Amino acid sequence: MGLSTESQFHVLAVDDSIIDRKLIERLLKTSSYQVTTVDSGSKALEFLGLNEDKHKDTNQLSISPNSHQEVEVNLIITDYCMPGMTGYDLLKKIKESSSLRDIPVVIMSSENVPSRINRCLEEGAEEFFLKPVKLCDVNKLKPHMMKTKYKNNHQNPENQENEEISEEIQPQPQQQQSNNNNKRKAMEDGLSPDRTRPRFAGGLTVASN
Amino acid sequence: MDGVAQLKKRLADYTTSLYDEGYLDDQFVQLQQLQDESNPEFVVEVVSLFFQDSQRLLSELAKALEQQSVDFRKVDAYVHQLKGSSSSIGAQRVQRACISFRNYCDDQNIEGCLKCLQQLKNEYSLMKNKLETLFKLEQQLLEAGG
Repeated sequence: MGLSTESQFHVLAVDDSIIDRKLIERLLKTSSYQVTTVDSGSKALEFLGLNEDKHKDTNQLSISPNSHQEVEVNLIITDYCMPGMTGYDLLKKIKESSSLRDIPVVIMSSENVPSRINRCLEEGAEEFFLKPVKLCDVNKLKPHMMKTKYKNNHQNPENQENEEISEEIQPQPQQQQSNNNNKRKAMEDGLSPDRTRPRFAGGLTVASN
Repeated sequence: MDGVAQLKKRLADYTTSLYDEGYLDDQFVQLQQLQDESNPEFVVEVVSLFFQDSQRLLSELAKALEQQSVDFRKVDAYVHQLKGSSSSIGAQRVQRACISFRNYCDDQNIEGCLKCLQQLKNEYSLMKNKLETLFKLEQQLLEAGG
């Protein structure tokens, strides 16, 4: 598909406030990210393909057959204070899931409560943004998304260069399954500690530079 | 029909007054910066959502405070929501009114809460009028070719 050599990062934004969803969506789109917004933690988990009753199967792929398998999520940004499942609860569930835990999570909150911030960071959140979130905050997201760099998995002639330059080997056989999250898990298995190293200094694809 | 220059000046002066009088803060500027040719109505859209949401919250607040036994946690939750949304659009005075309101919730002071609700309604009304005027001026300028 020759739409763009620059495959976009996809962010899932979670916030119960319609105003804040609109705002975060615009901020993310301005930064050229693909965005999906949902209004609750449970809807977020649904979107990610994680069913509540399957969360115990941490070693199995807890992805339901009708999940959005073609859609990869590179970062989750969530509000802290939400009715029902808080952003912290959502963070925990994500980190407990073997298929989702590598997705970076960022928490947003209108309240500057150090203990809350620490708790989230300790639970594995990458960043904690105070609301209202600004463009300069969103600019901090890219390095985290680079860690889940599996944008160019789909075999694509334009990506040949990427594969050469990238030292992280993509386990080809395991990609035959259409399940996206299989890849993620497979990646985990095949990966070296290099995973955390930023892949490219600048843009996402080498071919276009 | 005013000339473009006059309209521009009127808009600029009006905008300045909104900041000077504390109705708007920097967050509103942030919103405007997110508006561009691909999203030319962004600010109006966000503000419209704010109006709708605020109306809902204010009416819920009135209802909650009318109850025989007031659920202050509920009241606080509504005010928290309004505080958040007003902060997100830069509606500074509305946000501040929410902050005061929450203190009375903490004290479980019904009288205080009712007074705050009235104040909040006033601030919201003012904000709404100001923003609608602002948008009207912008529209006039656009139509005049500015």
